[in-house]
Amino acid sequence: MGTIYHRGKRGRRATSWPETVRPPEELLAYIPEEARRKGLPWLPEVSQVELVRHYTALSRMNYGVDTGFYPLGSCTMKYNPKLHEELARHPGFADLHPLFPEEAVQGILELLWRLGALLKGIAGMPGITLQPAAGAHGELTGMLLIKRYFEARGELERRKVILLPDSAHGTNPASAAMAGFKVVPIPSNEHGTVDLRALEERLSEEVAGIMLTVPNTLGIFERDILRITEMVHEVGGLCYFDGANLNAFLGRARPGDMGADIFHFNLHKTFSTPHGGGGPGAGPLAVSEPLLPYLPVPRIVKEGDRFRLAYDLPESIGRVHPFFGNVLVMMKALAYILTLGDEGLREVSAGAVLAANYLRVRLRDVYAVPYDGLCKHEFVASTANLGVKARDVAKRLIDYGFHPPTVYFPLIVEEALMVEPTETEPLETLDAFVEAMRRIAAEARENPALLAEAPHKAPVRRLDEVKAAREPVLRENPPVSPG
Amino acid sequence: MEYIPHTPADIERMLRAVGVEDIEDLFSDIPAEIRGRYEPLGLEPSPEPEVRRELERLAARNRRLVPFVGLGLYDHYIPAVVNELASRSEFYTAYTPYQAEISQGTLTWMFEYQTMICELTGMEVANASMYDGGTALAEAILMARRAVGGDKVLIPRSLNPFHREVVETYCRGAGIGVVEVPYDEEGRLALADVPPGTAALVVQQPNGLGIIEDLRGLKERLGDAFLIVSVYPIALGVLEPPGSFGADIVVGEGQPLGNPLSFGGPLLGIFATRREYVRMMPGRVSGRTVDAGGKEGYVMTLQTREQHIRRERATSNICTNSALCALRATIYLAALGPEGLRRVALLCLERAHDLAEDIREIPGFELALNGPFFNEFAVRCPDPERTVEKLYRRGFAVAPPKVAERMGLPDAFLVAVTEKRSEAELVGFLETLRG
Repeated sequence: MGTIYHRGKRGRRATSWPETVRPPEELLAYIPEEARRKGLPWLPEVSQVELVRHYTALSRMNYGVDTGFYPLGSCTMKYNPKLHEELARHPGFADLHPLFPEEAVQGILELLWRLGALLKGIAGMPGITLQPAAGAHGELTGMLLIKRYFEARGELERRKVILLPDSAHGTNPASAAMAGFKVVPIPSNEHGTVDLRALEERLSEEVAGIMLTVPNTLGIFERDILRITEMVHEVGGLCYFDGANLNAFLGRARPGDMGADIFHFNLHKTFSTPHGGGGPGAGPLAVSEPLLPYLPVPRIVKEGDRFRLAYDLPESIGRVHPFFGNVLVMMKALAYILTLGDEGLREVSAGAVLAANYLRVRLRDVYAVPYDGLCKHEFVASTANLGVKARDVAKRLIDYGFHPPTVYFPLIVEEALMVEPTETEPLETLDAFVEAMRRIAAEARENPALLAEAPHKAPVRRLDEVKAAREPVLRENPPVSPG
Repeated sequence: MEYIPHTPADIERMLRAVGVEDIEDLFSDIPAEIRGRYEPLGLEPSPEPEVRRELERLAARNRRLVPFVGLGLYDHYIPAVVNELASRSEFYTAYTPYQAEISQGTLTWMFEYQTMICELTGMEVANASMYDGGTALAEAILMARRAVGGDKVLIPRSLNPFHREVVETYCRGAGIGVVEVPYDEEGRLALADVPPGTAALVVQQPNGLGIIEDLRGLKERLGDAFLIVSVYPIALGVLEPPGSFGADIVVGEGQPLGNPLSFGGPLLGIFATRREYVRMMPGRVSGRTVDAGGKEGYVMTLQTREQHIRRERATSNICTNSALCALRATIYLAALGPEGLRRVALLCLERAHDLAEDIREIPGFELALNGPFFNEFAVRCPDPERTVEKLYRRGFAVAPPKVAERMGLPDAFLVAVTEKRSEAELVGFLETLRG
């Protein structure tokens, strides 16, 4: 299907606007000649019905959680409650400018303050900033906090190293590097967890901190977590926890009790806010006591039943977002937490972990599970034992009506399929997925071409990524002589 | 629990398959010491009607002032068709299009969006979005340093102060010095010289005080250093695109393109550059290719720039961005077309200038700067604090004097006017100032 530029005709329009009172030439005279736009930008010219049909058609070429099972590991593609979408359109939230005076926005400040308080409780940590717009943004903010902390202690010159398990998300090393740290990897042991001996060898007074994902990207909880954080603290380093996998222990354990100094939430993962086709998300950050003075400003402060913005942190790292972060996303997360309550939070992790373990045991006789054992909210299988590519199994799953798991991650498992079912899928769906995976394994033996050429039932067949990268075509080009 | 479908029988069956007795056994790998310290929030679950009531109470505790305030976020009319189409859940319940064959919807609109942003800005390539205009600008500075080296960036004194704060945070973290460039009595950039070691000059168009900058000759004076221009996309309906003046990177806050104000988030970071720098650009990009049958399709491309492949050597750590806001911008621009965009921009020009004219005629009131402006301008009057208070009480919001003051302009408040401001609102606003 073509783009919107292939629809419509010159002179068509999808919206109507009032006339200006004065002729355009007169108005354009307000702009100095050199700054005045010479021609019009090349934009589509479509009627409203063409516009609607085009984007409706595009939406039907997409697969979302509302379409079907989306076990994309590390992304927590759980159901997005519809109440939240309706509330987000409420003019009492959507039509507020962030520069309205505090008296006019008491409701939204209360909302943010309450969410902050609840997130602190869930993390078991005393400080919070809601500004980061995504998980990676939270990571960068966390790295800047660590930098500031050592700067204040006069140790910045020597604290150059961030330690990272080799199973870490790609955003972790990228965030550490953006803040100017040197990344030193720690190998995983045979259980898929941090190798304590290797950690010991890398610990020194050059270490600014460690970035851990808990549970890790294999879905395994670090049994030695208390020892790990203690070891890092002993050399004066700080512990950053990537919270992408919070769904695994929600309502049961707190990063603050594990020795975390910084913990980022992914509201678009754990707290049910939609992924939006790649955002917006939100990545609030909880911090430990020693980092409180460096949090971004403004903070939201409660005084009686009034809320105000405070800029009272002279040692703050500054703003990481122009205003308060992704407020409408936070509104949805608050609605979700209020719906769940303590009991619901526990049910979420119970359901997520149960579903992941169920899939693991139902698939492990067919697919290799290199780190087999009790997993948390996700597990990593491999197609290496079948002699087929993870990619081919993934593409074949599309024909069975499922979104594939994450493939080729974490990097320490060959032909990896990272499966995260979440708590929101009915058992029948899990069983149908198992059935499809088992049939694909059989197909891999009997008719491997079926996999290699999959998908057969998607809007397009397999796409040539090499061509796309070698000869990049990144935009439509206007016809040579417009009109 | 309406979002979790497991019945007791389902749970029993799954537990048996896994080989454990009880749900709690599934958490035995978390040290008991940690689990033992858990403290509940003290929060009862709430049914949907109660959650709705509570959130509606919070919404009602806000006062919907009439926004005569901008600073990057503007209250433009959003056609119904934008809300309706962007609400299709096949769009918003999907994630990053890792599986291209079942993400052609997302990848196609991303490609359209990239085209539209290139057209608006006069640039050759655009990414599929950043978080917001402030972080997009900060990332542009980091990219300029990767491209040309240097240890400092020139920032206008008139830069949107909220963007400036984000830039300062990022630059401090990356070891880049920030050097301020003043403005002249008209409010326009007054660039004296370009110090050695300059990675980039940032210009905002129109600037944070609303003034239209003269972009001619800047790139020539910079030599290798980057010219980064931060734009207000609606203004590009009537302003010459920065690409025509040799800009190396164009960024901007894309909220005005079909996105609500949302108390400042989510927002949309625009990011566009020249083709030769595409491999240094941060963020996702959709590219056109063909499928195994020769049929046209789209994939995420140039991924070797990105964190999931390149890790610590990536061009940025960005992963999740503002896709849904970019979709809204795409539909908005397609709904307006070239003539609609121009009309909206002209209406902003007309209403803002008419209002500015009327304000000038009020005794004691004047525009603080006499440079050309688009739809935002600084007003000076005898007691600006009290005037702003009075406006609030009558239901109108402007940017308080402390905002302009952070750009070096004391005793003035900023007023922004969009096409959405009605005759009645404009009259009411003026009467409040007069009274």
